[in-house]
Amino acid sequence: MLRKLANLKVAAVCLGLVALTGCTGKKPEVANPNAQAKPGTERDFTLNVGDRIHFIVDQSTLTPQATDTLRKQAAWLRQYPNVTIQVEGHADERGTREYNISLSARRATTARQFLVSQGVNPSRLSTIAYGKERPIALCDAENCWNQNRRAVTVITGGAIPG
Amino acid sequence: MPFGRVVIVFLLMVFGQSFSAQALEIDVTQGRVKPLPIALPNFIGGGGGAAQKYSHDITGIIGNDLQSSGLFQPLPQNSYVEKITNFSRQPRFSDWRIIQAQALVTGRVVMQPNGRIRAEFRLWDIYGQKQITGLQFVATKRNWRRIGHLIADAIYKSLTGEDGYFDTRVVYIAESGPKNKRVKKLTIMDQDGFNVRALTDGRSLVLTPRFSPTSQEITYMSYAGGKPRVYLFNLQTGQREVVGVFPNMSFSPRFGPRGRKVVMSLQQGGNSNIYSLDLQTRGVRQLTNTQAINTAPSYSPDGKNIVFESDREGQQQIYVMSSNGTGARRISFGKGRYSTPVWSPRGDLIAFTKQSRGGFSIGVMRPDGSGERILTSGYHNEGPTWAPNGRVLMFFRESRGARGGPKLYSVDITGYNERKIKTRGFASDPAWSPLLK
Repeated sequence: MLRKLANLKVAAVCLGLVALTGCTGKKPEVANPNAQAKPGTERDFTLNVGDRIHFIVDQSTLTPQATDTLRKQAAWLRQYPNVTIQVEGHADERGTREYNISLSARRATTARQFLVSQGVNPSRLSTIAYGKERPIALCDAENCWNQNRRAVTVITGGAIPG
Repeated sequence: MPFGRVVIVFLLMVFGQSFSAQALEIDVTQGRVKPLPIALPNFIGGGGGAAQKYSHDITGIIGNDLQSSGLFQPLPQNSYVEKITNFSRQPRFSDWRIIQAQALVTGRVVMQPNGRIRAEFRLWDIYGQKQITGLQFVATKRNWRRIGHLIADAIYKSLTGEDGYFDTRVVYIAESGPKNKRVKKLTIMDQDGFNVRALTDGRSLVLTPRFSPTSQEITYMSYAGGKPRVYLFNLQTGQREVVGVFPNMSFSPRFGPRGRKVVMSLQQGGNSNIYSLDLQTRGVRQLTNTQAINTAPSYSPDGKNIVFESDREGQQQIYVMSSNGTGARRISFGKGRYSTPVWSPRGDLIAFTKQSRGGFSIGVMRPDGSGERILTSGYHNEGPTWAPNGRVLMFFRESRGARGGPKLYSVDITGYNERKIKTRGFASDPAWSPLLK
C-alpha cells in the first residue's frame, strides 16, 4: 500500500512537470505580460524580456522574431548597466560534433554583435559555444530540434536580487 | 598507470620445413573474405594452478580477437581429434585435416619463479605441414591480457601479411545520465572492451579525444572552468595541461604523425580557422584564413598534407591542403555534406561522415576524392577513427529519441564485419591508439 502511494506521488510530480513545461523541457520563450517579477531581476529578464532566440537549420542569421527579442534584451541591459551576460550558442543534434561547436559559436557571436550594435557595452558580454551538447527538447523530430537551435542570454552578474 | 613492456622472443623453427609452393595466406584485398578455419586448442598450463587459468583465458582472448576481425573462424574445441599435451612436439597434421582446419595454434603458459608469466605459441600450416612462426612472450601478471592480444597480432600478421591491431586501446567519451544533462567522461579501454578506466570525473564536459600516434598521450577538448579549450592528457603520469592559451575557444585537436604537433581549430567570432602548434617550441602557425568554419583537421601519415572540413563554399565539404596551409582544394563532390575527415595511417584512404537524405553515413575515399565508398548508413553514424593498420574503422552510432544515445561500432574498410563494441553505457567519439610498445 505504501509503495503504491509512493508511486502515485511520483506520477503527480511528473504531471506537474508536464503542465509546466509541455513535457519536452521547453522553457518559456516569449514575454508574458501577466508574469509577476521584480524589475531588474533575472526572473524579470527571463519572463518579461525573453532570454532566448531560435535559428533555422544550419543558419546563424537572425529571424525577425529573434531581432525583436534581442532589441528588448538590449533595452533591458541598457536599463540595468551593472548586469553582465554570457550568450550560450547551441545547435541541434542533426550535425557533426566539431561543426556544431563552430556553428553554435557563430550563433552566439551573431547575437552578441547585435546586442553590441544596440548600445550594450561589449565588455559586459561573453559567449560560449555548446554545440549539440546541451539540448533542452528531447525528441527526434523538428519540433524539438527547432527549440535546440538557440542562443540563450544568461545573466552572469549584476542583476537585482530576487 | 604505466604500461609495462612485454618481452618477445622468436622461437626457433625446430621442425623440418617442407616448402610448399603456396604459402598459407589470407587475401585481405578482396571484399568479402571467407574466414580461415583455425584450430586453437587451450594452451598447456605448465606448473598447474595459476598457469592453468591463464592458459585457458589467454587462449580465449586470442580466439575472440581472431574471430572479431572477420578473417578467421576459430573451430569449436570439442571437434578436435588430437589432444595437444606436449608443446615441443609436432602435431599430427592429418588429425587437424579431418576437421578442415587450415591453421593450428599450439601454446604453453608457464609461471616463472619471479612471478612473471611466460607464454609461447607456434602457428602451424596444416596442409603445408610446417610451422609458420613461433614466439615467446614474458609479461607481468597485470599485463596478462596483452599476451593474448600480442599472440593474436602475430597470427594475424603471419597469415594476412599485414600488421595486427589487437594490442591496442581505444579512448572514448563514456556518457551517462539523461540527454539534457549528459555526464561525459574521458575513458580508455582495451580494443576488446576490457580494462575500462575513466580518466576524468565527469564534472567538466569533455569531447573529441585523439590518441598520439607515437606516445601514450591524448589530446581532447574540455569545458573545464567554463573555458572550452584543447588539453593534453599524459596516460603514464595522469598529468593534463592546456595546449596554448588563446583569446577564444580552441577545439577539434589532433596530433601530427610524429606526435610533436597538435593541429586544431581556433574560434574567431563567427569563424573558425585551423592552426598547428609545435608541442616543443609552443610556436603557433595559422593554416587557414577564411571567413568560414574550418575544422576537423587530420594530417596525412607523411605529414605533408592536412585534410579538413570547411563550409567556405556554403556547406560542409572536405578539403586537402599542404601542411603549411597552401593549395587547399576540395575533394568531396558527392551529393550531401561531408565532414570529420580522418587520414588512414596507411595513407591510402580518408574516412569521413556524410550527411545525405536525412541520414548519416560513414565512408571512405581516396585522398584525391575518387573511389568514394559508403561503409554504413542510417539515422546517425559519426566520427570514424582508424585502427593502426588502416583496415578497420571504429565510429559511433546514435539511436533516436529522448532516451537515445551513442554506442561504438567497428567495420572493416570493405564494409563487411560490422560489430558493436561492448561498453557499459553510452559511448561516443572513439579514437584508436597505435600498437602498444
